Amino acid sequence: MKARDLTDLALRNLREALFRNALTTLGVAVGVASLVAMLSLGVGLQELASKRLSQSGLFDTILVTPKSSFRGVGRPQREEQPGKPVRVLDEDARKEIEKFANVVEVYPQIRFFTEVRFNNKPFATVVAGMPESSKNSGSFDGMKGHFFSSPAADEAILQIEFAKDLSEKTDSLIGQELLLRYAERQALQGNGAGSAESTGGFSVVPKELRLKIIGVVETEPAAGYGGYGNARLLIPLETAATLRAAQVNDLRDIVRDSAANKSTYASLSVRAKSPSQVEALEASIKNLGFNAFSLLDASKSLRTFFSVFDSLLGIFGTLALAVATLGIVNTLVMSILERRREIGVLKALGAADSDVQRLFFVEAGVMGLLGGIFGVTFGWILGRAVTYGTNVYLHRQNLNSIELSSVPWWLVLSALGFAVLVSLAAGLYPASRAAKLNPVDALRYE
Amino acid sequence: MPLPVPAIQLDHISRHYTMGASSVRAVDDLSLVIAQNEFLALLGSSGSGKSTLLNLIGGLDRPTAGSIVSNGQNIGALSSLDLARYRRNTVGMIFQSFNLLTRMTLEENVELPLRLAEVDRAERSGRVREALERVRLTHRLGHRPAELSGGEQQRVAIARALVNRPKILLADEPTGNLDSATGEAILTLLQQQTKYGMTIVMVTHERALAEKFADRLAIMGDGKLLSTSAATGLAQ
Repeated sequence: MKARDLTDLALRNLREALFRNALTTLGVAVGVASLVAMLSLGVGLQELASKRLSQSGLFDTILVTPKSSFRGVGRPQREEQPGKPVRVLDEDARKEIEKFANVVEVYPQIRFFTEVRFNNKPFATVVAGMPESSKNSGSFDGMKGHFFSSPAADEAILQIEFAKDLSEKTDSLIGQELLLRYAERQALQGNGAGSAESTGGFSVVPKELRLKIIGVVETEPAAGYGGYGNARLLIPLETAATLRAAQVNDLRDIVRDSAANKSTYASLSVRAKSPSQVEALEASIKNLGFNAFSLLDASKSLRTFFSVFDSLLGIFGTLALAVATLGIVNTLVMSILERRREIGVLKALGAADSDVQRLFFVEAGVMGLLGGIFGVTFGWILGRAVTYGTNVYLHRQNLNSIELSSVPWWLVLSALGFAVLVSLAAGLYPASRAAKLNPVDALRYE
Repeated sequence: MPLPVPAIQLDHISRHYTMGASSVRAVDDLSLVIAQNEFLALLGSSGSGKSTLLNLIGGLDRPTAGSIVSNGQNIGALSSLDLARYRRNTVGMIFQSFNLLTRMTLEENVELPLRLAEVDRAERSGRVREALERVRLTHRLGHRPAELSGGEQQRVAIARALVNRPKILLADEPTGNLDSATGEAILTLLQQQTKYGMTIVMVTHERALAEKFADRLAIMGDGKLLSTSAATGLAQ
């Protein structure tokens, strides 16, 4: 029989027992919906994590340190190549790196220990300079107050734990002032021979700066891998740079004789346009004679984790579909019993076993396809509902909305294909049973 | 003068069933030759093997022994697919209970064998109309079987059997569910088909009708052919 006639007959048969077939199709739809909803949440979470991580700058950022960096107590110094001078991570190096293709920004990591005075009480903490670009990293989402009003403002954002040290009512801190006490690097007064810093020495002078508290953040925006400990007091990067506060590497610079006439950086953060360009950029920076480190490997591990996570969700979703396929088997077997005589007539009129078999296959396939279409729709709605419910909760917690579920095209097509395939597999037994019916027995059946 | 080529040649055919420990000989070593254009009536009491013989000739069943040569081919040796092709193209079948598909209209019921034979759609409606004209039911194309009388339903079944232009028409008690007048009308219709070169084998237990419409009577008993005789042409 031709495919069109076969489909006509199959659709007619399905319409005959409309209620039962609709229920079976609904069973498939529920199975597919659970599969799609589960996977859409998995995919959505993966996309959300990737987006957040991408915004955080962890995967498009390279940490650059000089090769002469400390490697820790008890560990041997790196062997430097004989005859090749060690590159110093200074302003010249920063400008050189900035000229590389696909570089968005290069900024120094400025962190230093400080004493903060608030209500005449001293508090010790680490200060970090935050670049303007960190505003969009997602770390400041949901913060109390607002981000720095300008890149060089005398303003501070407190990490919640430090804010709790200052006051039990952290919200009340916003708008108040605190006093930052730090050690400024100052050039030694020379004896008429020009800058003393050019001779490799400087003095450290205590200084103070009044900062207005403009925000409290619950995340740790400065907990990046480039930091020497978690900074709890965040100030604009430009403000931090103008303080010329003494940092860890200053002591190292003073004991080294190479290029000590310039101020150097402990490390630089280099942001690439996208994570895909990080590897090439990292190689170029290493060629300049610096250490470079990125978290790309960690991102690969993340993808592996989500693949396993999606597989687990898929298995749970498939269980529901497996139950639905039993419904298809049941419906078609019932249909054979009811249509036994009809199968006999078809065979008496010249239908081959394969015609009868294909007829039942098409019926199973149509139920699978319709169930798949409805299932994908239900699954999408379910995903939207979960996202909506989650966002309502997040809003109540004063947190930003998130896109929890995602139904990409590959998921739609895979779910439809899977539903049809599983339904055809479910139709295998009934179709073969119908095809094997003896026409004489079938025609006698009342 | 050359002998006419037989339409059906049954040569020592048997059909035995195993039921538990015992064996039922539904058809037992039966030989019979049916000529082309012949209208043969198979008579006999219930359980004599008439319907089993008809199913064997129709390719719905296979003999356990012997050969059935129909239109030059031994149908007992055909593959399942070729046997289906034989049922589709060479024979047409009519049943006592009509066996029309109740959810289909007359037109769709008659069209069904054409679908199975993969006849082009464009050709189908003409063929359906032609078959229904032969049973004078063209005015009921869109009706469903339940809307017709028993006689009309059997006429639709005849149209369905004729639509693929078979060479052999097999009828299993075609008048069994009809009143005598309607039964006669149906048999008149069947008799007319021999004019189109068709061979008809009809199973019936109504001897009078068989005598009136058939060319020859074959009497069966216990699966064996007891006798054959020419019909008188008169209702007894």
